[in-house]
Amino acid sequence: MKRLSTLLLTAALVLSMGALFAGQAMAGKSIKVAFDADPVSLDPHVQLSGGMLQYSHMVFDPLIRWTQKMTFEGRLATKWERIDPLTVRFYLRKGVKFHSGNPFTAKDVAWTLDRLKKSQDFKALFDPFTKPVIVDDYTIDIKTTKPYPLLLNMCTYIFPMDSKFYTGTDDKGLPKDAIVKTQYSFANINESGTGKYQVTFREQGVKMIFTKFPEYWDQTGNVDEIILTPIKNDATRVAALLSGDVDFIMPVPPQDYARIKGNSDLKLVTMSGSRVITFQLNQKRRPEFRNKKVRQAMVYAVNNAGIVKKIMKGTASVAAQQAPEGFAGYKANLTPRYDLNKAKQLMQEAGYPNGFSCSMIAPNNRYVKDEQIAQAVAAMLSKIGIKVNLKTMPKAQYWDEFDAQVADIQMIGWHPDTEDSSNYTEFLLMCPNKETGFGQYNSGNYCNKQVDGLIMQAMTETDMAKRSALLQEVEQILYDDAAYIPLHWQNLSWASKKPLMIEPIVNAQNFPYFGDLVVK
Amino acid sequence: MFAFIVRRILQAVVVMLIISVIGFAIKQNVGDPVRQLTGISVSKAEREALRDQLGLNDPFLVQYGRFLVNAAKGDIGQSYFYKKPAMEVILKKAPATLELVLCSSILIVLVSIPVGIYSAIYPKRLFSRFAMSGSIVGVSFPVFLTAILLVYIFAIKWGVLPSYGRGETVNIGGWWDTGLLTLDGLKHLILPTISLSSIMLPLFIRLIRSEMMEVLQTDYIKFAWAKGLHRWRIWFVHAFKNTLLPVITVGGVQLGMMIAYTILTETVFQWQGMGFMFLEAVERSDTSLLVAYLIFVGAIFVCVNTVIDIIYGLVNPMVRITGRS
Repeated sequence: MKRLSTLLLTAALVLSMGALFAGQAMAGKSIKVAFDADPVSLDPHVQLSGGMLQYSHMVFDPLIRWTQKMTFEGRLATKWERIDPLTVRFYLRKGVKFHSGNPFTAKDVAWTLDRLKKSQDFKALFDPFTKPVIVDDYTIDIKTTKPYPLLLNMCTYIFPMDSKFYTGTDDKGLPKDAIVKTQYSFANINESGTGKYQVTFREQGVKMIFTKFPEYWDQTGNVDEIILTPIKNDATRVAALLSGDVDFIMPVPPQDYARIKGNSDLKLVTMSGSRVITFQLNQKRRPEFRNKKVRQAMVYAVNNAGIVKKIMKGTASVAAQQAPEGFAGYKANLTPRYDLNKAKQLMQEAGYPNGFSCSMIAPNNRYVKDEQIAQAVAAMLSKIGIKVNLKTMPKAQYWDEFDAQVADIQMIGWHPDTEDSSNYTEFLLMCPNKETGFGQYNSGNYCNKQVDGLIMQAMTETDMAKRSALLQEVEQILYDDAAYIPLHWQNLSWASKKPLMIEPIVNAQNFPYFGDLVVK
Repeated sequence: MFAFIVRRILQAVVVMLIISVIGFAIKQNVGDPVRQLTGISVSKAEREALRDQLGLNDPFLVQYGRFLVNAAKGDIGQSYFYKKPAMEVILKKAPATLELVLCSSILIVLVSIPVGIYSAIYPKRLFSRFAMSGSIVGVSFPVFLTAILLVYIFAIKWGVLPSYGRGETVNIGGWWDTGLLTLDGLKHLILPTISLSSIMLPLFIRLIRSEMMEVLQTDYIKFAWAKGLHRWRIWFVHAFKNTLLPVITVGGVQLGMMIAYTILTETVFQWQGMGFMFLEAVERSDTSLLVAYLIFVGAIFVCVNTVIDIIYGLVNPMVRITGRS
């Protein structure tokens, strides 16, 4: 009896070992990643946020996507051409399958565009689009109501969904295509995209497992499984990487850059981002801010290069305009202004030699080091006699206060959803207009008809050189007018173990293309 | 007796109502959930529509009334973030917290009793002095600092223990995910358990020591020595038994404190329990989950207290009589 059990045990052991090795041989690379946030849903249209777009790039696949050089690269569309001012024709990739097994055709693109126009978060972005025209199964004309220069930019947001899979009603009798933000919906917990990865496990806020879809069309990367854990706490996220519990983290807090660089098993990749951090000066609340010289004095008084060096520890790029280099509106001759004497002189000229007092608000957990930055700016302004009464608060409370314009100076960071210069001004500096929605975040109440006119012109200008000139003119006017106080563009950062070739897959949109990741 | 029980239950209901009002009042000030549910460039009109749809634009009393009616039916709200009933979310997170508290309690009992007794019997020995000075350091060190230090030493420097999470879990009975049954799960438990007990443990060592020293001075112990009883019998049967009473009383109170401390420990270790969930809910302005959590925790405390009071009443009629007057 004893011998029999020993025999059985040995057999079981051998078998399980065999299974283990077989499993290892069959599976490709598996990596563990930790982000600061995880996708809130499996429905790509439920929310427009970094986490959701990152997810879309893994599970779905866009028509086209951005490259590191800010050009477009075909994904589900192999090529495209503008056939008239209102239309761009897209030729789609053949032989692509959805996770459900359904084939991908032009019908799915049309269906997805239609659904985007129903999504609360995306509908405004897709407002200029009309019903697309399906030419044949693999050709589609995407049309806009007016000539629209950002048509291609917006096509990076079209992640075709499986129209067949999402049509009809689920077992609860609810429509499968419903976009629901806070309750159950079919699309919130089921997916069928054309992306490299399928979601094979998901416990929201805890863990998600992405497994390679065997029939995926692209063969670039060699990662077959991604285990995603959201780790909000900066110190915990870094510790997880340092201890080897995860292979990749994003973002990396600036205070840990040196630590990761100093570790021979790890690497750090950073890139200048497009989120600009600014202060708005409310001209409605403060008569002083209506005086251009006062605004200029304030810009001259703020040592933003010093903030980048001391507070951001070099992990940001000093800004003097809204759009960073590479964007249509970027103007190289607009350089940071910091000159305390000039600032004092301007205050004299403006008639405020003794300064004045005003209030300021800033969030304390929204942007990198936001609270310290606000404190530094307040201290800098005090040098030209402007006494600032600063209040900071968590982001959960901040936006209501920001909208209510409770303070004279308010901090705001902006990253354009369209990855385009015009978007900054549309939201931050155009004359506030409740009906059109322009200037929705213009708490400075800066209003310049010339700027508005130029932006409106740029919105329908499809000649990119002409459009660039318009947007550069806007940046120049805003610079001369000292319409706001520019600080810096936050850097993006990623860190991983050495064998992960992350350099080519990261980008300024902060959506690493994990499908292309090669692990050596 | 029946009247006493009814009165006690009525009191509990009133307490629960007060908790729910306070929870609701806090909810209004934590922030706007709609902001967390929409992208930043979404128009004000869209946001307003969503707010209407969620009933957040209704007056306070209407919202509160609706909450009470639903709560009476057993529905304490819907978590915006998890897109699931709040109760379901909380129950899913409870095992992680309870296991952590349980392990910490066991650690505290196993360490504090022998160390406390030893340093009471031999107060002048080197180990006792070491334990006493060590415990002062322990009490004054903040939990999150202890936690970060432990991670630094055991996870980053030596790489022997995992730095975050619960590790591999096994499901029991469909709704309890336990980390106690796998090696990986147990490994993940070590550091959080030590951090969580880092405040209570020194406290208990000191408490047991001082109580025990007092008992050792009493006449019946001196009499026991005089009788010539074996010292083990004197220390453990006669003295320690009497030391335990106040320790248990304090321990009961401290258990509640420990659940509160889990918020810090869980955050540092990304421990997916109720404390972590609560903090995240605050950050995400998941206000309905927040209220549900307060109600849930409040209900547990109220129920336990009510049951204890009723048992006291059954055991000791004096309680009933004083309660009446």
